[in-house]
Amino acid sequence: MSHDMNLTLQVWRQKNAKAEGGFQTIKAQAISPDMSFLEMLDVVNEEIIKDGKDPIAFDHDCREGICGTCSMVINGRPHGPKERTTACQLHMRSFKDGDAIAIEPWRAKAFPVQKDLVVDRGAFDRIIAAGGFISAPTGTAQDANGLPIAKENADLAMDAAACIGCGACVAACPNASAMLFVSAKVSHLGLLPQGQPERFIRVRDMVAQMDAEEFGTCTNHGECEAACPKGISLENIARMNRDYLKGKLIERPAVAGGGGV
Amino acid sequence: MPKEASFLASSIGKKIVMAVTGIMLVGFVVGHMAGNLQLYLPAHGGEHPLDAYGHFLRTMLHGAGIWIARGGLLVAALLHIWAAVTLTKMNMEARPVAYKEVKSQASTLASRSMRVSGFIVLSFLVFHLLHLTLGKIGPFEEGKVFQNVVQGFQSPVISGFYILAMVCLFGHLRHGVWSMLQTLGLSHPSYNTLRDRLAFGVALLVVGANISFPLAVLAGFVKL
Ligand code: HEM
Ligand code: FES
Repeated sequence: MSHDMNLTLQVWRQKNAKAEGGFQTIKAQAISPDMSFLEMLDVVNEEIIKDGKDPIAFDHDCREGICGTCSMVINGRPHGPKERTTACQLHMRSFKDGDAIAIEPWRAKAFPVQKDLVVDRGAFDRIIAAGGFISAPTGTAQDANGLPIAKENADLAMDAAACIGCGACVAACPNASAMLFVSAKVSHLGLLPQGQPERFIRVRDMVAQMDAEEFGTCTNHGECEAACPKGISLENIARMNRDYLKGKLIERPAVAGGGGV
Repeated sequence: MPKEASFLASSIGKKIVMAVTGIMLVGFVVGHMAGNLQLYLPAHGGEHPLDAYGHFLRTMLHGAGIWIARGGLLVAALLHIWAAVTLTKMNMEARPVAYKEVKSQASTLASRSMRVSGFIVLSFLVFHLLHLTLGKIGPFEEGKVFQNVVQGFQSPVISGFYILAMVCLFGHLRHGVWSMLQTLGLSHPSYNTLRDRLAFGVALLVVGANISFPLAVLAGFVKL
């Protein structure tokens, strides 16, 4: 127990979406360096509950770094100080005894705070619903290698598909832009043969939804790429811009019975 | 699903307007810098090459050439500013509550100050036109380009503002040229390093040459 740490947390507390929030100073006592950041919050919450008060609300699910549910800005960085690491995979050994830690929710108009550190990321779901899928009925699974895909494209599509939709890109962007997320989804399908029939309609529809959700726009700072726990590359944004431009150039006016590419 | 926005109403559409007009403005500042290098040529036959160049610009295509160029640049500048203002407004509204603490990882001073550097370059542009095109600031004689430039830069205030604006232009081009290629979809591992160096090189070339003019005049290297 000799390595246990005592920390001072500055946590954003907000009763509900309409209430005004503010920072609360909370002591975290006897924290093991082997705990994850979320386990540290669990320990703190146990104490708060014992005192009969309202525990800190935060989102989490898999705690394995794969679902993208955990979401908090820790000391000015989404998911905290460690690169390519979600908050749930961040360990307290990344901090020192006596540290002050500021914990804030994602900040974006499109991600309204629901309670404390919990934000509503429904905007991402609506962007996916606008086009982040393939609608061709695929039938039963094809034979492996039945559909030739260049190795390089398969790799790039896989890299883009690593996006877990956590929203750290939006949280990190000085403009609260969602372009890294949208471009990852556009690239992941646009690089594969199954995604080709809807490639250009998809990018137009997803960008339209992204704009309607009132995210900001990319000014190429690169903060999103640096904050992304999955290392999604800025190159995806360039690919989305390219596809969007092409998609607009070849857009036909809608006619009865369908849009067309 | 929202009705698809028109190109100009969409975020990426506006970014593309910004990038395309950016290319036009970059082309202009590069050409303008190259033309001004004639400041260093000696006068011959009683006329300085800069004066002859100015005369050429004003008379090419029977005098229509300069108005075509001015018209194109004006449209590009207005569209660039329109896109900058509308996008900035969207970006500011997208984060109504600021963070208590932000630790930047990737952005640069140049990328963060695009709005400020753009605004200072714009103010400079107005000043510069009043000074050397319209002759409303300081001594000015129509057609005597070399004399007007040298007399202007002999004023440390005018030279100082000029140099400040050029430092801002350096930042604007350093980030802007890189950013513009990204916006147009030009990103690939095979040339990304080159793209970065190009942005740095263009910025350094334009701004380095431009700053040398007032310095050369102030140092007495170029004189009437
Ligand atoms: C000689 C004048 C100028 C040149 C050569 C120039 C060039 C550029 C270029 C190449 C870009 C990159 C476009 C992109 O992001 O894809 C850019 C962006 C931008 N410009 Fe300019 N510009 C000039 C003047 C101005 C002025 C007068 C303003 C504002 C009043 C301005 C504001 C901006 C802003 C806000 C951006 C976007 C910043 C970003 O993407 O981070 N610029 N400019
Ligand atoms: S809780 Fe699933 S990624 Fe963190």
